[in-house]
Amino acid sequence: MIERLLRNPAGLAFLALAVVILIGSTVSFVPETRQGVVVRFGQPVRIINAYKPGENFGATGAGVIVRIPFAEKIQWLDKRVQSIDMDEQEVLSTDQLRLQVDAFARYRIVDPLKMYKTARTEERLGDALRPLLGSSLRNELGKEPFAALLSPERGKVMANIKEGLNREARQYGAEVIDVRIKRADLPKGATLESAFERMRTRRQQEAGTKRAEGWKTAQVIRATADAEAAKIYAAAFGKDPQFYDFYRAMQSYKTTFGVDGTKQTGSTNLILSPNNDYLREFRGGQ
Amino acid sequence: MSGKTGWVARGRVLLAEAGGPWGKRGGGESGGGGSGGDGGGGPRNPWNLPPGGGGGGGKPRGPRGPSALEELLRRLRDQFGGGGGDGGLPWPMIRIGGAIVIGVWILLTSFHAVGPQERAVVTTFGAYSRTMGSGIGLTLPYPIESVSKLNVAEIRTIDIPASANTQNFILTGDQNIIDLDYSVRWSIADPELFQFQLTDPQETIREVAESSMRAAVSRVDLIGAIGAKRGQIEADVEQRMRAILAGYRSGVRIEGIAIKRADPPAEVIDAFKDVTAAQQEAQSMINQANTYSQQVTQRAMGEAQSFDKVYEQYRLAPGVTRRRMYYETMEQVLGKLDKTIVETPGVVPYLPLPAAARKAPEPPAAAATQGAPR
Repeated sequence: MIERLLRNPAGLAFLALAVVILIGSTVSFVPETRQGVVVRFGQPVRIINAYKPGENFGATGAGVIVRIPFAEKIQWLDKRVQSIDMDEQEVLSTDQLRLQVDAFARYRIVDPLKMYKTARTEERLGDALRPLLGSSLRNELGKEPFAALLSPERGKVMANIKEGLNREARQYGAEVIDVRIKRADLPKGATLESAFERMRTRRQQEAGTKRAEGWKTAQVIRATADAEAAKIYAAAFGKDPQFYDFYRAMQSYKTTFGVDGTKQTGSTNLILSPNNDYLREFRGGQ
Repeated sequence: MSGKTGWVARGRVLLAEAGGPWGKRGGGESGGGGSGGDGGGGPRNPWNLPPGGGGGGGKPRGPRGPSALEELLRRLRDQFGGGGGDGGLPWPMIRIGGAIVIGVWILLTSFHAVGPQERAVVTTFGAYSRTMGSGIGLTLPYPIESVSKLNVAEIRTIDIPASANTQNFILTGDQNIIDLDYSVRWSIADPELFQFQLTDPQETIREVAESSMRAAVSRVDLIGAIGAKRGQIEADVEQRMRAILAGYRSGVRIEGIAIKRADPPAEVIDAFKDVTAAQQEAQSMINQANTYSQQVTQRAMGEAQSFDKVYEQYRLAPGVTRRRMYYETMEQVLGKLDKTIVETPGVVPYLPLPAAARKAPEPPAAAATQGAPR
């Protein structure tokens, strides 16, 4: 019978296929990026390529492993640093200001067995941690005034959140490496608009101040110049006020009657009395 | 009973064949009891080529495939009863063809040209084995060892926000909002860490950059963020990112941060422009005042100096100079005017003047009348 089977090409192909399946389900390759839980009839029996802090690549449990075919299954888990991205949360600070916060957490599965028992798959771990991140973020940030969310003190808040989240994540065999606020924005709408309005009025104030300052400075400069000029005039003319009066009168005549080159409007008729000093000699030396 | 042993024997043969190509070509082929094993030695030579190939016994797919196929084909040929001469012709050709395909496969997956800017991370059955530098690298063929090349010299850029048209609002330390556009330049510092440590390095760097930028901007005020403190922000972000990514052991090197644009949001930009305009206006007011100041003082100095010069001469001969100046001025003034000399007082209303208002020029003359003789 076996002879016949062997002679039969279909039988031979079937045999070859069976061997392939057997080997395929016995031997597995473990990449550096993954760790796995070997499950025998639903019961986790051992862990392959488990994460150890500070291990060097090439010296890990990655490579070829052998398992009992069909009886043992491998549940693969990521060994790398993974992220939980949270949906935007609206956080209310102690001074009743709203802030739209978007944060992320980085974690790594450090205890595959525990992780397998509690969450089984990575998606479910993510689903479990995401709301925790959201709620601890709201709780911690809600204890702070708005200004603190923008200050360096935020680091302390983040450390608190990380600690809180890590406590929860430990139950799932994961370790939170880092929690950070990605965005912290004012919510769109009234809050954002009022912030813009505040910025706008602040700038208007600045613009007004600048203009006023410019005007003030200009006035002072003009007044100083006038004073300086007055001082110069006084210093020069004060030497002989009487001569200045005469000298200035002569200049004034020239200007008034348009002989110094400046353009005067209107024609001028002059009616002189013979008593005029200029015509003194007309009178023949009277 | 005999059937069972036959199964086992068959399995052993197949297993031997599966392992065969990697080690010594065993007796399994002849055990299969067929003709056509004669040509086996020649074309199968390539199997012996890869160095150190003996270790990879557990490979499921590659080597066994052709072997089983070969077996199948031989059975087929036996079944359909071709004589040794008939089947002899296509059989070696199939073998040779298969060997060539396998040989090419081995060649292609064993030799790797690694560029001068590249590093190749080699994994053996998934486990990290070594990192090859530039040059021709030799590995075992594909399923045993796989190679991924990473360009370690290339400086990659991440733009935030991804498209230039979107606004990226960030709160500053004084609770104002700025619209910031920046890019992160990074490269791969450590190929192994980069390859195995993070799920999505690109996205990780982006998120870390966003977080660091917000932290850095929240330490400065609006005016600083827009202008003077941009360099400080860039340095701060760079330092923060380095620390965080080192904490992840990411194998990423941050080359630098460049703030491309730091503007107030479009909604309030007019108010900001108005500040600039106000500054310009203030400056121009000051400039005008300075011009006036120059004019006034220069003029005063000019007049004072000319007075001084004249006065110096006047002091030497006061009477004469005074009379001379008086007559010269009068000449100039009266020379250009219409003059009427009236002897008798009271005649003024009858003069053919255009208007009585024309009398106005008289007072200066009268002033001159009284001023001069003194």
